[in-house]
Amino acid sequence: MHVNNTSTEKESLTKRKSALGIRLFFIYLICYAGFVLIGVFQYELLAFQVLGGLNLALAYGIGLIVFAVILGVVYNYYCTKYEDEADAEQSDEIEEGGTV
Amino acid sequence: MIYEISYTALIFFFIFVGLVVGLSFYFGRKTRSSSSYYAAGGQIHWGVNGIAFAGDYLSAASFLGICGMIAISGFDGFLYAIGFLAGWIVALFLIAEPFKRLGKYTFTDALNAKFNSRAITLSASISTLIVSVFYLIPQMVGAGDLVMPLLGMPHWAGVLLVGAIVIIIVASAGMASTTYVQFLKGGLLIILSVVLTFFILKNGLTLTPDFKGSSSHYTFMELTPQVENDKVTAVSGWNVVAQQTVGDKTFVKLTQNGVERWFDWTKDQNGSSLKETLTVTQQANGQALYNGEPKENRRFYQVGHMSKIVVNGQEVQQTGPVGPFEFLSTLQESEIVRFMQVKFADGSDQVSLYYQEPTTGQSFMLPGLKYKIGRDANLWSKLDFISLMLALFLGTAALPHILIRYYTVKTPRDARKSTILAIAAIGGFYILTLFMGLGSAVNGVLDVESSNMAAPLLARAFGAVLFSIISAVAFATVLGTVAGLIVASSGAIAHDFIDIYLKRNMSDHRKVQVGKIAAFAVGIFAILLGMAFKGINVSFLVGWAFAIAASANLPAILFLLFWKKTSEKGIAASIIVGIISSLLIILTSPTMWDKYGLDPTNALHQLENPALISFPLAVLTVYLVSLWYPKRNVAVTQA
Repeated sequence: MHVNNTSTEKESLTKRKSALGIRLFFIYLICYAGFVLIGVFQYELLAFQVLGGLNLALAYGIGLIVFAVILGVVYNYYCTKYEDEADAEQSDEIEEGGTV
Repeated sequence: MIYEISYTALIFFFIFVGLVVGLSFYFGRKTRSSSSYYAAGGQIHWGVNGIAFAGDYLSAASFLGICGMIAISGFDGFLYAIGFLAGWIVALFLIAEPFKRLGKYTFTDALNAKFNSRAITLSASISTLIVSVFYLIPQMVGAGDLVMPLLGMPHWAGVLLVGAIVIIIVASAGMASTTYVQFLKGGLLIILSVVLTFFILKNGLTLTPDFKGSSSHYTFMELTPQVENDKVTAVSGWNVVAQQTVGDKTFVKLTQNGVERWFDWTKDQNGSSLKETLTVTQQANGQALYNGEPKENRRFYQVGHMSKIVVNGQEVQQTGPVGPFEFLSTLQESEIVRFMQVKFADGSDQVSLYYQEPTTGQSFMLPGLKYKIGRDANLWSKLDFISLMLALFLGTAALPHILIRYYTVKTPRDARKSTILAIAAIGGFYILTLFMGLGSAVNGVLDVESSNMAAPLLARAFGAVLFSIISAVAFATVLGTVAGLIVASSGAIAHDFIDIYLKRNMSDHRKVQVGKIAAFAVGIFAILLGMAFKGINVSFLVGWAFAIAASANLPAILFLLFWKKTSEKGIAASIIVGIISSLLIILTSPTMWDKYGLDPTNALHQLENPALISFPLAVLTVYLVSLWYPKRNVAVTQA
């Protein structure tokens, strides 16, 4: 039933991935909260023209959407890397075990 | 709004809906014959799964609601797009992988994986039921709106139609909302949005949007009155009947050829003028008059236009084709006419009046028209804005039906890849909603009675075929979402509550029967609510569902995953506190006050979205209750 049975996943790998997830989450949270706080406390800033004739509100808003996608790609890249490293370690161990 | 039936649109609509529903049944049967849903899911390519993810998520709220709210309130609608997408970050980075490690797919199962507690079963099933119902309301409202222009039916008939179709599907076959159908819907929705955005940019901005003669642009009348002692005394060609002041606006009733019309009396440095308004008058005898005439006369107009287009500091009549950045920056410099609603009594008649409100592009492209955080802001409105952004951010990961698809591909890598593709697709779509919403705001296509049809009505201006395909895809999306939610809530009643909590050992046959009865009851309930909430923007309504989900479910999930001392009593209490506090705040909010027929300004508080209070309350509850009633140190064997 459970195709993604990850109970065999090494705890160190799990911890690395989860630490990365939490770190990226807080990075995004700060950016997101920044938008909300500017809106509440420094509303005038949002009208400020930034790139391409767009105001800060539009640029920040579109930026948050694009940034979420970028963070997703970064997360995937590192998780895949960690998994590859863990796999390599595991196969090393198996090979060593095989020679004894 | 008065709609004419287009038979071309109708034919295409039925072909598409038939195709999608047919495919659902086809794949539904295939799914049943395979050993299990998840095993079948294991064969699915991550790319297909990613778009299907997007298809799952982009319900009526995204397509109808966000476009509609952008069309009416400008940037404030885009806030929903920003928040809906940000919610994925919580889901992907914090919840998805740990849930998978628990080996559980749904919120209820995951919460109970460690405890197997009856209190959790009960509270989680209540929470699933309530969140599903609140998610159902906007889908039903959206369905009613969609059917109106296509079939020329009243709103309630549309809601009834969707409800009936879904109940039949669920009760007779059980709706398997499968990956390929969601893939098709998600893919089509994104492609169609790209096409629509292309048309908007190619068309550019114009003061008289008539789509090269395919629709007629209506120019609103402006009359010059004679005034004495702050009263309009005469208007050439019209008879002055009455005058009424509502808030700081004064409206004047005039008649011509026996037809009564209301005008907005505006006074500025150029003198005073009477601007034409739109009215829907409910007469004491039950008849409704649109702009003073019966519906059949078709004297009610679609609205939304620009009163000034400024390019490089110069006023122009039209821009011609524009690029995406140019489109946004030109709008920012120009002026848009929005229509604002007031309600008042005129003798025994109830008048809903929509007057023109010229709005600078500057303020249209900033938050603040709906959620007042700049000019005219007060403490409540600022709290409301924060509350909404919090609910959207935290709600996605806590919706009972959202994360399931994460587990339908073979490897964790593929699951991640499809989630990221989904985020990219959904994000791209949300950027397009900005263009579709703004495009509807300035192209004279809006229905003042409901903002939800902005995008489909804009599509209609570009051609009946595009309109029917878009409506059909949106309608199929609603059908799929409603069916899924009804199955989820009937499951909460029949499986979680009756079977597990009440421990009625029912036979399989009896279980299915109870499930169907529950589905039927929830369906009827959803139909009634869909009728009751007509005219409210569906994204706004979804904001409530997100707030309840975020308050009831997320504190429990986060504490379970990240705090070892979390106890079963803490979880159950937090869910209950989250539900009750968010429901109480919603039921006493200004929007509900308006629904009860009371004056919204006299509501118990002015907070429209409850998350800011109910989420911290639920967090506090799970923390304190877990400290007071620590978990039993007994190894729980799972049933």
